[in-house]
Order: sequence, then C-alpha cells, then structure tokens
Amino acid sequence: MSILLDERTPVIVQGFTGDKGTFHANEMIAYGTNVVGGVTPGKGGATHLERPVFNTVKEAVAATEAAASLVLVPAPFCTDAVMEAADAGIRLVVTITDGVPAQDMMRVKRYLWRYAKERRTRLIGPNCAGVISPGKAMLGIMPGHIYVRGNVGVVTRSGTLGYEAASQMQALGVGITTSVGIGGDPINGSSFVDILALFEADPETDAVMLIGEIGGPQEADAALFVRDHMTKPVIGYVAGLTAPRGRRMGHAGAIISAFGDTAAEKAEIMRSAGLVVAPSPAELGSTVAEALARRPSPRVMVGR
Amino acid sequence: MDIHEYQAKELLAGFGVRVPKGGVAYSADQAVYRATEIGGSRWIVKAQIHSGARGKAGGIKLCASDVDVRRAAKELLGKTLVTMQTGPDGLPVHRVLVEAALPIARELYVGLVLDRKRERIVVVAHPHGGMEIEEIAQREPEAILREVVEPAVGMQAFQARELAFGLGLAPPQVSQAVAILLGAYRAFRELDATMVEVNPLVVTADGQVLALDVKMSFDDNALFRRPNVVELRDHAQEDPREAEAAEHGLNYVALDGDIGCIINGAGLALATMDMIKHAGGEPANFLDIGGGASPDRVAAAFRLVLSDKNVQAILVNVFAGINRCDWVAQGVVQAVREVQVPVPLVVRLAGTNVEEGRRILRESGLPIITAGTLAEAADRVVAARNAARAA
Repeated sequence: MSILLDERTPVIVQGFTGDKGTFHANEMIAYGTNVVGGVTPGKGGATHLERPVFNTVKEAVAATEAAASLVLVPAPFCTDAVMEAADAGIRLVVTITDGVPAQDMMRVKRYLWRYAKERRTRLIGPNCAGVISPGKAMLGIMPGHIYVRGNVGVVTRSGTLGYEAASQMQALGVGITTSVGIGGDPINGSSFVDILALFEADPETDAVMLIGEIGGPQEADAALFVRDHMTKPVIGYVAGLTAPRGRRMGHAGAIISAFGDTAAEKAEIMRSAGLVVAPSPAELGSTVAEALARRPSPRVMVGR
Repeated sequence: MDIHEYQAKELLAGFGVRVPKGGVAYSADQAVYRATEIGGSRWIVKAQIHSGARGKAGGIKLCASDVDVRRAAKELLGKTLVTMQTGPDGLPVHRVLVEAALPIARELYVGLVLDRKRERIVVVAHPHGGMEIEEIAQREPEAILREVVEPAVGMQAFQARELAFGLGLAPPQVSQAVAILLGAYRAFRELDATMVEVNPLVVTADGQVLALDVKMSFDDNALFRRPNVVELRDHAQEDPREAEAAEHGLNYVALDGDIGCIINGAGLALATMDMIKHAGGEPANFLDIGGGASPDRVAAAFRLVLSDKNVQAILVNVFAGINRCDWVAQGVVQAVREVQVPVPLVVRLAGTNVEEGRRILRESGLPIITAGTLAEAADRVVAARNAARAA
C-alpha cells in the first residue's frame, strides 16, 4: 500500500488547459496516473490531452467520479479553486501554487471544516511539489524517475530537498512508499503530524524520513507526535543551520522569529523525542538506510 | 513588506485608531512648519526607518521650541541610524515624523500577529508597554493576555472588552481601547497584514487613549491586491542587492561568508549552505533561482553573487526536476562567458538529463570544477576557496 494515492485514484487537474496544467498533466499521465479529465471554467465540453474538460468541478465529479485534484491555478484564485473542489466532494486536493496569501489559507482551512469528517477534503500544499507513490501514480510536479518503490515514507517542506533525499535513497537502493511535499508556507493544508499519522497506519511503510526547515512550530509538533504516537523509526533533518534571525529565506514560512525556530533547536527537539537526525544533508539516504538496517521491523522479516 | 511608523499611523487612523497629531517632514524647514501646524509647545521628532529600538539609538528627540525642532530634524535627516535591530550598517533617515508630545499616565502593549501554531490572528496585550514583546514574554509571561480570532466572524467586541478590562483600564478608557483594538483588527484583516503592533498604547494624563508608536508588516503574497500598501514601499530601507534580485525573480539574502551560492529551491539552498558549513566554509549568501533557470536568470544570479566583494568561490547546485540539466548547463556556460567570473566555480548538477548537462560543461572549455554529489560539491568549493585564499 501507499498513502493518499495509487494507480487507481481518479484524478482531475484544475487549470487543465493552461501551459502549466498541460505540461504537468502530460507528465502525470506518462507516469501512469489515472488522469480522468480537467477543469477550466469556460472551456467545458472541449477535449484536452484526449480527456474531457469541464466548466466546474461538480460536473467533472459527476461525469468521472474523480476523487483527487491537482490545483495549478494562479495564487489569487487558488483557494477559491480548493473550496470548489471541497464542495464538489473531492477527497484529496494538492496545490502546487506559490504565493497564496496567508489569510486566504487561514480561511480555506476553516472552510474545509464545515464538511462532516466522512467527506472532508484533505488539502496538501500550497507551494509544494505534490505527492508521489513511486511506481503507481504522481499528483505533482516532481521528476518521477528519481523515485524507487519501497518501504520508506517521505514527508518534506521543500521540493528540491525532497528530490535530493529521493535520489540519495535511490543510489543506496532504498525505496519509497509515498513522498509528500507539505510546502514552504507558514500555513499549509496538511502538517507534518497529519502525514506522519498516515504513514504510521500504512502497513507497507516501515520507516519515515521527515525533512523540515527553519521557522514555525511544525517540526517540534512532529517530534512530539513521533515520541507519543509512533512505533516506526523516524529519521529527521532540519535545513538552515546558517540562516540568520528575522530574514525570510525563500519560502514564506522559512523565517526565524521565535524561540525554537532555528535549525539547531529543532534538531535538538527531534533528538530528544527519539528521532534519528541526519548529521548533514549529504547523509539523508545513508541515515535512512542505517536506521532500516538497525531496526528491521517484524513486518519486513515476515515479508521476506 | 514593512512600512514606516507615520504611514502605519495614517493607515490605522483610517480604521478609527486614535493617534497623536503629527505629520511627516523631509526637511528641517518642513519639520518646523509641521510643529507650527500641530501647535502646542512640546513636540517629538522621530526618525523614520524600518526598525524598532530607535529611542535608544538617538533617533527620537523631545523638543520645546522651533529652534529645537529645526536642530533635531537637521541632525536626524541624512544620518544613518544604527539600532539593535538594523545590523551594523544601519538604515538611512530620509524622513522624520513630528508629533505633539503628550503627558503620559500609562503605557500598554498591544500586538496582532498571524499565529502559525493556531493558524489564526491572535491579539496579544500586556499591561506594560514600551518593551519588546520577546522581553515581556521572558520576564512576565503570566501577564500576557491573548484573544484568538475566529476567521469566519472576525474579532468580536467582547474580545476587545475582555482585553481592555484585563489591562486594568477604567470604564471611560475601556471604550476608547475597544475602538482601537477593533480598528487595528480590521486594518490587519483588510490590508493583509502579518503584524500590527501598538507599542506603546498610552493613556494620557487627561484620560485619552492613543496609539503612540505603531509598526505594521504585510504579507508579500497578498500585495497583488493591496495597491495602496505597495505605494508605501520605501526602497531606501531595503538592501539594494535584494531589491535587484527580486526584479529578476531571484530570492537573495546577503550573509557574512565568502562562498557564493546559486541554487534552485529554497530548501535545497538552505541544505547546501549547511553542507558548506559542514565542510568548513561559510556561505556568502542565500540565493534561490527558482524553477525555470533561463540563461538570463543564471547570468543575473552570477552578477548578483559577484557584487559581494567577499566572495572567493562560487557553488552552483541545481537539482533539475521540471528543469533539464542540459538547459541549466547551457545557461551556466552562457552566463560565465557573458559575466567575468574571477573566482573558482564549482557546479553540481543532478536530476533530469544529468549526463548531457555534464557533457556540455566538460566540452565548454571553461575552467569549471564539477561535482557529482552534494558532499563532493561542498568539499570542492571549500578546497577551491582555500586555494584562492592561499594564492
């Protein structure tokens, strides 16, 4: 199994017919993702990439039974698109869009709570690389060829640092169940804790790599969750040892403004909560490989 | 994005927040004119820079005559003010705010922030103003009052009343404070602020409640819909290199080291800087060139990094996802031919079409040191820096 996404998940793309939508939908189809159509308001009825285009998400869901959506619309319209998907009953929305206002995120998260738990939408992103279940499906913009199928879950704020981890793991023959980018914004749809809980419950995932960075409370929250609620080994890394206080380092959320925001403080909180912390970003793959070798879980033994 | 105190006061006044009588001045003459306009016999002349802690740095002057106001304005205008928050280079003073000096009975703290843990706007208040909130949080954390705002309905009057009574205000002042708190919240919400700080909020000797000093910051991601905020941008308060970077769609932050960095992706940039430190070097900058690394953008990145005279070696680290390594390599080769690069250059490419990218670098005939992994890249750039230093 994988989390969130597999080769059967019917997927639509919001912002389907634009340049970005076209490029990434093509990549996702080539990877094997079950893309069943897309939405571009005003272009309903057309066919794009041999798939139907709809004016609204509700029409797309009625015709295709889509369960997941990739939102590639520009920042000013992004949360509107997310709410439309939620209202149409889409269960998983991944948004890649960079530059979404923080107060829009605050309100969209509040909005998602108006639906009963059984039909509530899970939002991943914004400002992330998306979700990939290697060998099965991809709902995002990552280079699929660097991911190998395996037994490690990956959750990361940064897209490119997630690629770095995946390629280090690939070089050592360590595979991935699912890799989830939660994004670099101060308020994101899903937190580290949300994704860790899914990996803990996934029978195919034997260990988890968690890649954080400076700024915000999420890495510390994740460390406490690992200590209190997880049985699987978690390998952590926090980027930004050399970052100065009060400066925004690229990501809107990557800014040291409070106690516990620095990379060193976060790494220390992780260590004291029982995570294995990779000593450098060049040792993401090797630290995971060592942790797997040191703590072979009973599931792996039975499986072999 | 940050704005000046006088600008923040003008914005807040538009939402019903009471502020002292005052006006901005760009010259000593104008400052005197402002003082006359305001009337009274005592004024405050305040340097306008994007930093707090101005008082301790000599940026705020109490004046009792026209002559005083002129002298204070002359002294401050054109000066570079170094505060505990500006860093050693300080910030230039091109404007002063002239205000009526008020007899103050009490100073309080009020701040509105976007709380990342709660994912809500939180209003924070404390009965002792004037200090930094971090200082308050350390010294008297138990006295901090907090109200979390529900985004669906916004801040309610009862929340403002609870804060005002919690601050120990008497009923006539409570109603004034409530108007200020609700006004500040509306400004936060409607202007897409990330922080509104009223520090101090004062009660005057005659029972008036006013915002004596205010600070506002705005969400860069929301500026597209706040043209009236964008207009307030003061480029003189921003690092010129960072402003130039932004124009090219690059994200640059200057640091103290001597190894220049050109990287795609913020997280990979931070990690590469960590790796440089791990290998015994110090990064000179953070620089994220983003997704589409066109030759023009790469060339702009090189120029930017080289404008820092401390740079003794450069590391380019690109993990191509949507990008392709061959395009990136062409971009690097073209940029190096266009921009004179007088320091050693290490390039590490990974991801899509990496073999083709490496071939292009190799066959360019340029003195580019290549690296296969992140660790190799960091080791090689530190070694190159050491060799350059020794030479």
